[in-house]
Amino acid sequence: MLTKRIIACLDVDGGRVVKGVQFENLRDAGDPAELAKAHSESGADEIVLLDISAAHERRATLLDTVRRAAKQLFIPFTVGGGIRTLEDAAAVFSAGADKISMNSAALANPKLITGIAERFGSQAVMVAIDAKRCEGTSSWEAFTHGGRAAAGRDAVEWAREAEASGAGEILLTSMDRDGTGAGFDCELTRAVADSVRIPVIASGGAGGAQHFVEVFRQGHADAALAASIFHYGFSRLVDLKEEIGARGIPVRRPC
Amino acid sequence: MIAIVDYGAGNLVSVKKALDWLGAECAITSDPEEVGRAGKIVLPGVGHFASTETLERTGLKQAIADSIGRGIPFLGICVGMQWMFQRSQESPETRGLGVLQGECERFPASVKSPHVGWNQLEVEPSSRMLRGVPSGSFVYFTHSFRAPLNGATVAGCEYGGQFSAAVEHDHLFGVQFHPEKSGEIGLRLLGNFCAV
Repeated sequence: MLTKRIIACLDVDGGRVVKGVQFENLRDAGDPAELAKAHSESGADEIVLLDISAAHERRATLLDTVRRAAKQLFIPFTVGGGIRTLEDAAAVFSAGADKISMNSAALANPKLITGIAERFGSQAVMVAIDAKRCEGTSSWEAFTHGGRAAAGRDAVEWAREAEASGAGEILLTSMDRDGTGAGFDCELTRAVADSVRIPVIASGGAGGAQHFVEVFRQGHADAALAASIFHYGFSRLVDLKEEIGARGIPVRRPC
Repeated sequence: MIAIVDYGAGNLVSVKKALDWLGAECAITSDPEEVGRAGKIVLPGVGHFASTETLERTGLKQAIADSIGRGIPFLGICVGMQWMFQRSQESPETRGLGVLQGECERFPASVKSPHVGWNQLEVEPSSRMLRGVPSGSFVYFTHSFRAPLNGATVAGCEYGGQFSAAVEHDHLFGVQFHPEKSGEIGLRLLGNFCAV
């Protein structure tokens, strides 16, 4: 049976993982390559590395980080942050990424999605949508530049256009829930997941196993991503998947 | 030496990386002569079935067919496996290699397509490629078309009905999933292919 994916996200700035990490038995708890490997060994179905620095002079550092992380990673590996051109994407792929994630650049120029998908396949192109609820409504606006700029676009409608342009997956972050631990925005996730045929990855708000169960059941998500929840120790991810599985959601367990 | 055939469709780094990890001598190449000299051939592939037409234009198809004729082991991955069949509904006018009978088809409308994520294998125990891979093992898929079950199927997978996740016939091997992205199980499979 096709399982629901649990994706571990690493936010990286200047080659270092920046969220509070409390992994044990790591020589260097801020090293993205070590953390990616640790997450993979503890049962993550996929790794997403987001470069939040994105400053141009740091691209070389990022590529080096991607290369080091990819070398010992044999599960799907996505890299996002600051990818603005086909050349940027090509460099990240040759460093060992399987997929790239784009937000601002895709919104500014949806043809970029098409161009990268034609060269590397749709499965390699993830479009990240940061969505914020329009107060008191059931509609959400897309934001760019790390949530700093409103794009003036309806999130659901943009997800449809991204799919039509060649995106293979949507990484959907609820800005209202991000970092709160209060649970995913199931209403937002469902609105997008029911509007496209490509997989939707829910993000923002994960605090416990129940939240994952809810976003898969009520939110119709194909996958769910979290960062800080996984940063308390290796065993958490294994336990989390065990608990989600025990509640009837199909998840991958090691053979 | 294992030739990883580059025909401009997608990213071959992951496959190379996995084979490097296993200690196999391998090289990414688009040169038909180099493919012809290789002791084993891996044909990865992503995207559209029509992209395999490049193989025909560049002489790579002939080189691969010649090597297969001489008994050289061949592994097709994803679209590379679909290409081993005669054709695909994705691009009906494109001819596959045709070493396996049949046509690749769409998923039924009852399930979301593409099929993306970790799904389970039902393994035929006699398979050489899947030695040490138990039934129920999870592997990573990402595809919109699929090969039906046939005489060469050595692993089935369920998604909107059963389809061929892995095929094997003499020295010809194919996998619909991505062994280079399927953790320990995928590395075991690639190790088996290297040892053939």
